[in-house]
Amino acid sequence: MSDIFPKWTNRLPALVLTGAALVGTAAVAGAWYYFTPKYSRVGYQPIQPVAFSHNIHVDQLGLDCRYCHNGVEKAWYSNVPSSTLCMNCHNQVLKEDARLALVRESAASGTPIPWVQVHKVPDFVYFNHSVHVNRGISCVHCHGQVNQMDEVRHAQPLSMSFCLECHRHPELKIRPVDKVYDLNWQAESETQQIAEGKRLMQEWNVQSLDNCSACHR
Amino acid sequence: MRYFLAGFALLVVLVVSVAGFRGGLSRKPPIEIFPDMDRQAKVRPQTADGFFANGLGSRLPVAGTVARGAPFADTPLNTGREPGTTNYVAAMPVAVSAEMLARGQERYTIHCSPCHGGQGDAKGITTKFGMAVIGNLHDARIVQLADGELFNTITNGKNLMQGYGPNIDIADRWAIIAYVRALQLSRLATLDEVPAELRASLTK
Ligand code: HEC
Ligand code: HEC
Ligand code: HEC
Ligand code: HEC
Ligand code: HEC
Ligand code: HEC
Repeated sequence: MSDIFPKWTNRLPALVLTGAALVGTAAVAGAWYYFTPKYSRVGYQPIQPVAFSHNIHVDQLGLDCRYCHNGVEKAWYSNVPSSTLCMNCHNQVLKEDARLALVRESAASGTPIPWVQVHKVPDFVYFNHSVHVNRGISCVHCHGQVNQMDEVRHAQPLSMSFCLECHRHPELKIRPVDKVYDLNWQAESETQQIAEGKRLMQEWNVQSLDNCSACHR
Repeated sequence: MRYFLAGFALLVVLVVSVAGFRGGLSRKPPIEIFPDMDRQAKVRPQTADGFFANGLGSRLPVAGTVARGAPFADTPLNTGREPGTTNYVAAMPVAVSAEMLARGQERYTIHCSPCHGGQGDAKGITTKFGMAVIGNLHDARIVQLADGELFNTITNGKNLMQGYGPNIDIADRWAIIAYVRALQLSRLATLDEVPAELRASLTK
């Protein structure tokens, strides 16, 4: 009878268990690593119809975000500028440049430039730009260092845990309102950020919002 | 077991090399793994929408209508002109205060200084990149323009300068004009107008 199960089958249960443990760990680790917005969204950088560079326009020219995104302080929605706004300058600067052909065409005909939207929260999330920028939350916290990007890329996951992390501790991020559009600004030290953040939260009566109805209404 | 381990290692390497690491560049839109109600059938601002013939989700106002809350009355505040005429009002129809000037300075810095420069002398940064013609706000002719005409220039533009009406609220336009007037005054003031105790610091 001893030939029915060869000797190596004695190790079979151990092998199966090790194998299952390996596959299980890999599957969990893979899902944890890949199935989150930190992987699926961060790094998204679509090819835009016009090679518009924030680095040139913001860092080199010193334009304020609000020159172009002029709705950001007033509305939930931060608008992308119309092509006529580009023509304010580009009717004299790079007037004949081929890279701007689409801008000129669009300004003349009134058909918008088909910019590809990079950041998008699901439609069941209520988001609002003006509440954030008027309460000292800078663009850099949610969009990264746009001023250094030649092409806009998705820098933060914009997941629910990302939003909540800040909503639970706004004092780590809040800054004076006139520094919101200066993406390079940083408090001198962490302790100063917290002290100043706490003071601003008190002054503006900022709440730590983590009830569901703040963002799902 | 050896084959299993080799196969397993190969699979892991394969997944990592195909999927890459977090934050890697991707030209394709993010995959929505459970697209529950992520995208609903509603119009979002500035998006394409197949419902309308020209494909624009945001509609232009129908001719002869005014959006709710939009200014329409023919008053100096809204037009910069005397009601019923095309004459510009000489002085701005709103009271000037220190807060308004501060607001005007902020808005001027955002919307005007790239071209006209922080001091209004047409030496903004864009002049280094080929903006050849820019109005100097200290020009005697521009100093003498009526406030209403400046309002009209900001709203509708003039010659090579395009209008900023859609970008700047009416109250902010008047605040900018107040600040431009302050800039102009700063170059026209005489020594006698400086408070006596500060004069010495200027003539040093
Ligand atoms: C305040 C003036 C101003 C505005 C407004 C402006 N630009 Fe520019 N743009 C410039 C200047 C100045 C340059 C640099 C020219 C140079 O390097 O010689 C430039 C360069 C560019 C270039 C060439 C980039 C490169 O790689 O050299 C593109 C494309 C461009 N702009 C697109 C746009 C678009 C699209 C808009 C509207 C959203 C816009 N610009 C609005 C001033 C402006
Ligand atoms: C000269 C005009 C101009 C200025 C100034 C400007 N932007 Fe933009 N911005 C654009 C245009 C045009 C687009 C759309 C094209 C693109 O995504 O590159 C855009 C896109 C963006 C996007 C991506 C939007 C999306 O689709 O999700 C972000 C984020 C952004 N801008 C942030 C900023 C910030 C922050 C500043 C100030 C530091 C700024 N912008 C200044 C013109 C401008
Ligand atoms: C609290 C986080 C947060 C801050 C702060 C923030 N944004 Fe955004 N932004 C978002 C989110 C989330 C979206 C996507 C909204 C949506 O779904 O339309 C977005 C979208 C945008 C868009 C794209 C709009 C479109 O539909 O194409 C622009 C442009 C933009 N932001 C500019 C800015 C600028 C400029 C600032 C700073 C003045 C800023 N944002 C500050 C979170 C933020
Ligand atoms: C860097 C910090 C920060 C991040 C990130 C952030 N928020 Fe906020 N949020 C705030 C602060 C501060 C307020 C103002 C709270 C107040 O005024 O009491 C606020 C307010 C809000 C409000 C207004 C709530 C109300 O009832 O007035 C909404 C909605 C909101 N956030 C949604 C979001 C969403 C959605 C995200 C993620 C895409 C997000 N926030 C990310 C800091 C942040
Ligand atoms: C600060 C804003 C904020 C608050 C507060 C908040 N959420 Fe969310 N929630 C979000 C955002 C943003 C998303 C979208 C996440 C994404 O797409 O990655 C989301 C997504 C979700 C989803 C859908 C997940 C999916 O992918 O299908 C559920 C369910 C949800 N939230 C439940 C809750 C509940 C329950 C609470 C209260 C305990 C809550 N949320 C509070 C911002 C918020
Ligand atoms: C994109 C560059 C640019 C910006 C930004 C700009 N201007 Fe101008 N502005 C010009 C140019 C160019 C002219 C000269 C127009 C001409 O004579 O062809 C001009 C001329 C003027 C004039 C003189 C008009 C006349 O009667 O001759 C005034 C007043 C003026 N601008 C005010 C402003 C104010 C106020 C702002 C801010 C809201 C502003 N400008 C922003 C480019 C600009």
